[in-house]
Amino acid sequence: MSLDFFIEALQRLLPGVPLTLTLAFLSTGIGAVFAFALAGMRLSGILPLDWLARGYVFVFRGTPLLVQIFIIYYGLSQFPEVRHSFAWPILREPFWCAIIALSLNTGAYASEVVRGGLLSVPQGQLEAARACGMSGLLLFRRIVLPLAIRQALPAYGTELILMVKATSLASIITLMEITGLAAKMISDTYRVIEVFVVAGAIYLVINFVLTRIILLAEHWLTPHLRARPDGVVLPSDALIGDRA
Amino acid sequence: MKTLMKLAAVALTATSLLAGVAEAKDWQTVKLGTEGAFPPWNATKADGTLEGFEIDLAADLCKRMEVKCEWVVQSWDGIIPALQAGKFDAIMSGMSATAKREEVIAFSEPYGSTGQTFAVLKDSDLAKLPLSGEVFALGSKPEESEKAIEEIKPAFKGKVIGVQSSSIAEGFLQKYFADVAEIREYGKTQEHDLDLMSGRVDAIMASMAYVTTAAKENGNEGMEPVGPRFQGGMLGKGSSMGLRKEDTDLKAMFDKAIAAAKDDGTIKSLSEKWFGFDVTVY
Repeated sequence: MSLDFFIEALQRLLPGVPLTLTLAFLSTGIGAVFAFALAGMRLSGILPLDWLARGYVFVFRGTPLLVQIFIIYYGLSQFPEVRHSFAWPILREPFWCAIIALSLNTGAYASEVVRGGLLSVPQGQLEAARACGMSGLLLFRRIVLPLAIRQALPAYGTELILMVKATSLASIITLMEITGLAAKMISDTYRVIEVFVVAGAIYLVINFVLTRIILLAEHWLTPHLRARPDGVVLPSDALIGDRA
Repeated sequence: MKTLMKLAAVALTATSLLAGVAEAKDWQTVKLGTEGAFPPWNATKADGTLEGFEIDLAADLCKRMEVKCEWVVQSWDGIIPALQAGKFDAIMSGMSATAKREEVIAFSEPYGSTGQTFAVLKDSDLAKLPLSGEVFALGSKPEESEKAIEEIKPAFKGKVIGVQSSSIAEGFLQKYFADVAEIREYGKTQEHDLDLMSGRVDAIMASMAYVTTAAKENGNEGMEPVGPRFQGGMLGKGSSMGLRKEDTDLKAMFDKAIAAAKDDGTIKSLSEKWFGFDVTVY
């Protein structure tokens, strides 16, 4: 083990960071849209939609992501119908196959997180909002969504971290992100420990930054849980009266 | 500590004595070690006897060397230790002479190399690649080989070539084709076959032996080897007999016999029989 080799490994693995981040954030973004749609279907009260969403979550949460990537990349391409379809320009690219698999996967997990958040909004708050004359989209945007996001954020933060790590599976379909580059470097040098330690350290740094950002968002969304700074007077204080 | 040193000294003397005996050995019987499970180089028949290119070639070599040869079957992962332990005198098991192995054992001159070649789909525009079937030796005829590379290179412009990551073929492609084509790396060779079949890659590069076998497999209909074959140089020396370093006389005997079998076309005709193409190392 030498410092020089660690530096060399770092230099060879760092070029994989942009791809890792692109995979993670693009698929979480698309996945978040799926998640809200699925959570909406689950809570819609319309039975066929509810069961469709349940089935989707059951399948994508119940099977390994590795298997999903293999099926989407190597499985679909076996069918001539797929190869001759309009979707082939996207499905022939390993990058888009990885994005599709990761998005579908995280969509299933995140939909349950979102559903939990939406269900956690207290009935009293909804009633109060209605009493103020809010309804429909306004009620959702002003009351339900902020409360649900606040509630779901800790669990969703974990999902984000899991997604960063899940991108490492994209290396099995020829994508040279951090893990792909590490595997290649190992088969060139046979130095398993040093290379994987460096790869692990890069993921650790990415996830450290990510957890700080999530914490910051949590802090920003929960001012009501903190002690009020001295001297700040809210208009509502007059209604409540003397708090001492 | 002192006793230990003494013991070590005694052991050393004993080993050198033994080695001395081995060196003075008048080779009448040579035991050959094989895996017996790497067709068409070597394989075990249902009745337990061995067959294959190496089995036939060894019979020819041993006749030239005027020695009696016996086969010993040994699993691949223990084959070098078994040679060193004296279980047999030579490894003949499709083993390539690599720098790592040469630290431990000696190698004869290579007796066979299937070379590296391209494979494409029959209906691809690459199927008409020039120089098909010709063999180019990067090591012994570098200029001729580079000329051949330049000749086929334009056909790969803008194409995607699949190859097993960190294989010798990958090193070759990165050196000669990375400036015109995209080189896509796979963990397993079966995976680039799948992507060749689906059209995600336009060509693959692998050993001629692999390509001919894979092309016959179910699901790989339409795959065919195309273009020239390359061997030697950065693509490795090819299969050689593995020998104990002290048996220099045995190495000389094998080298002479292999050279003779190469010159009179025995290797060529045997490889046509077992591989369907020439594996002579040029």
